[in-house]
Amino acid sequence: MNWRNIVTVYLKELKDSLRDRRTLISMIVVPTLIMPGLFLGVGKIATGVVSKVKDATAQIMVLGGEDSPGVVEQLRQLEKVELVPEVQDWKQQVSDKKIRAVVELPPGFEAGLRDGSAGEVKFYHYEGELKSRVALGHLEDFFRELRERTVTRLLQERDLPQRLVNPFSTTRQNVAPPEKVGGNLLGGLVPYIIVILCLTGAMYPAMDLTAGEKERGTMETLLCSPVGRGEIVLGKFLMVLTGSLAAMVLALVSMGVSAFAAGMLLMGNAKPAAASAAATMPLPTIDPLGLVGVLAMVVPVAVFFSALVFTLALFAKSYKEAQSYVTPLMFVVIMPAIVGMLPGIDLNPRLALVPILNLSLVCKEMLSGVWNWHYIALIFGSSSLYAAIALLLAVKMFKREDVIFRS
Amino acid sequence: MIAAQHLTKIFKDKKRGEIRAVDDVSFRAEPGRIYGLLGANGAGKTTTLRMLATLLQPSSGTAVVGGFDVVTHAEKVRARVGFLAASTALYGRLTAREMIEYFGRLNGMSDAAIRTRIQELATELDLHEFLDRRCDKFSTGMKQKTSIARTLVHDPEVMIFDEPTLGLDVMTARSIVRFVRQCRDRGKTVIYSTHIMSEVEKLCDTVGIIHGGRLLAEGTVADLRARYGEQDLEEVFVKVAGIEEANA
Repeated sequence: MNWRNIVTVYLKELKDSLRDRRTLISMIVVPTLIMPGLFLGVGKIATGVVSKVKDATAQIMVLGGEDSPGVVEQLRQLEKVELVPEVQDWKQQVSDKKIRAVVELPPGFEAGLRDGSAGEVKFYHYEGELKSRVALGHLEDFFRELRERTVTRLLQERDLPQRLVNPFSTTRQNVAPPEKVGGNLLGGLVPYIIVILCLTGAMYPAMDLTAGEKERGTMETLLCSPVGRGEIVLGKFLMVLTGSLAAMVLALVSMGVSAFAAGMLLMGNAKPAAASAAATMPLPTIDPLGLVGVLAMVVPVAVFFSALVFTLALFAKSYKEAQSYVTPLMFVVIMPAIVGMLPGIDLNPRLALVPILNLSLVCKEMLSGVWNWHYIALIFGSSSLYAAIALLLAVKMFKREDVIFRS
Repeated sequence: MIAAQHLTKIFKDKKRGEIRAVDDVSFRAEPGRIYGLLGANGAGKTTTLRMLATLLQPSSGTAVVGGFDVVTHAEKVRARVGFLAASTALYGRLTAREMIEYFGRLNGMSDAAIRTRIQELATELDLHEFLDRRCDKFSTGMKQKTSIARTLVHDPEVMIFDEPTLGLDVMTARSIVRFVRQCRDRGKTVIYSTHIMSEVEKLCDTVGIIHGGRLLAEGTVADLRARYGEQDLEEVFVKVAGIEEANA
C-alpha cells in the first residue's frame, strides 16, 4: 500500500469531480441552498397560509336558532364569521367545504340561559381540515365567552362572589434551558437531514467514479497503470467520502446561518399575534458543543455510506444502471432516520447497534446537551465497525474482475 | 519480450456455463519485432492481451512480460507495459497535459521527469496546439495522439495494442500504424491485435491466427501463405479457422 499513489488518485478525482456539474450540484449547491430554502421558503409559505386562513371569513350555519334570535344576532356580529341560510344537506356541504362548521342550538336555548338550563350546544365540523378547525375555534371562543357571561350574571343575581367560578388559576412556565428545548425540537430533524445529505453527497461522486468510468472507458485506462487496485479504490473512496462530508458540513453551516436569518425575518414580518407567541417561546437554540459531537459521530456513518454506495455503483455498467441501484438505498436509509425522529423513542443498548437509527438517536441527545458516554462510545464503535466492513467489501469488489469488467 | 505459456482464461456464465475464452495459448514476441494477433470478433484477442497487461488473471498458465511474471508480479509488469486499446479512453474533464501528468505520477515519475517527458512527447506527437485543452472537446485524431502519449509517458519496453485502429478514419489509422512501426524501430516488443488483414500484411513480423480461443497457426506472413497454398491472407485465415471448425 503506497500512500503517494492513493493521494495521486485522490487529487485527480477531486480535480475531476470539481469540474463535473452534477457532482458540484449534489455536493455543494444542494446542501448549501436546501436549508435556506427549507427555513425561508417553507417557513414563509406556512406562516402565510395559516394567517390567511385565520383572516378569512368562515361560513357557519346555525341549526335551531329560531327561538334564540339574540344569540344568532350576536353570532352574526362576530368578525370573520358569515352566517349562511339553513340548508337540508348541511352535512354534505361541510364535507364539500362549502360550509366550514355548523352549530346546533337546543330548543329554547336563549330562554334556558336565564336559569342555566339551556342544554347542549352541538358543533359539527370537518376533522383535520384547517379552515374548519379555525371556524370551530371561533364558535368555541364565542360560546365559552357566552357561558362565562351567563355564569357571571347568575352569580350576580344570587349575590355570590365571582371567585366561585375560578377558585384557583393555573400558569405554565418552561424551566428547561433553551438548548434542551431546541435539541428536542430540532434534534430529530437535524440528524435526519444530515443522514440524507451524507448519502446524496456520496451518491454522485460514487456513481461517476465507478459506473461512470466504466461507461466512458477510462476504468480500463486507469487499471493499466502500475498502481495497485487497493490503492485505486482507496483514492476513489476518499473522494466519495469528501463528497459526503462536504455536503454535510455545508448543510450544517448553512442551516446555522439560515435558522438565524429566518428567525430575524419571520419575527420582523409576522402578525402581532404570531410575534407575541414567538416572544413568549424562546427561539430554539442548539448547543454548539453538541453540533461538534454530531459532526464527530457522523464521520463513521459517512464512511459507511460512501463505501456502500461505491460498492453498489461499482456493479453497474453505466451511470443510469448505477442510479437504479442507488436510489432504492435512499429509502432504506431514510426509514431508520425517520424512526429516530419519532417522539418517545430513546436509546437503549439494542437500538445503539442499529446503524443510522443509533446516529439519529444519539444526535438528538447530544443536541439537547445530554452526553451519555457509554452509548456514545458504543455507537461510535459499532458505526466504525460497520464502516470498516463496508470498506473492505468495496475493496474486495474492486479486485473482482467479473465486477470491474462486467459488460 | 513477451513469452506466453499455456495461457488459459475460463469465464463462468450462468446461461452458457463455462466458456474457454482463451485456451492453452503459447507464443513468444521478441524486442524490435511486431507480433500480430489475427482473429475475428470474439476469438479471444482482447482477453489474451488483457491477461498480458495483467488486467485479467489467467485461469491457468502464465506469461512473462518485460522479464516479470504476470501472475506473481503484476504491478512490475504494468510498469513495463504500454497498453493501448480502442476501449481505453481519456478523462474528458482533464486536459491532455493533466492526463499525461496523471499517468506519469501513477508510474512513480518525479514532477521534473514528467515535465521533460511531456515536452518530448508533445514535440514528437505534435500535441502542443491542444495540450492545455480538455479531452472531451478533442477530435478522434487528437484523442488518439493523447492516448499514445499516455501509454508512452513511462517509456515502456513492451507495447500492447488491442485493435487500436477500430473506428478510426484512414488518416488517423495510418498515423497509428506509423507510430506502431516507430515503436518497433526503437527496439520495443510490440504485440498488435486486429481483424484487418491489410494491417497484418503491412505491419507484422510474425502472425498468430487465433480462433475460438486457440492459437491455430503461427509464422511470418510469407510462411503462412506458403503453408496453406494461398496468396490472399484472408483465404489463409479462412482455411485455418475453417479447418478447425470442420474438426470440431
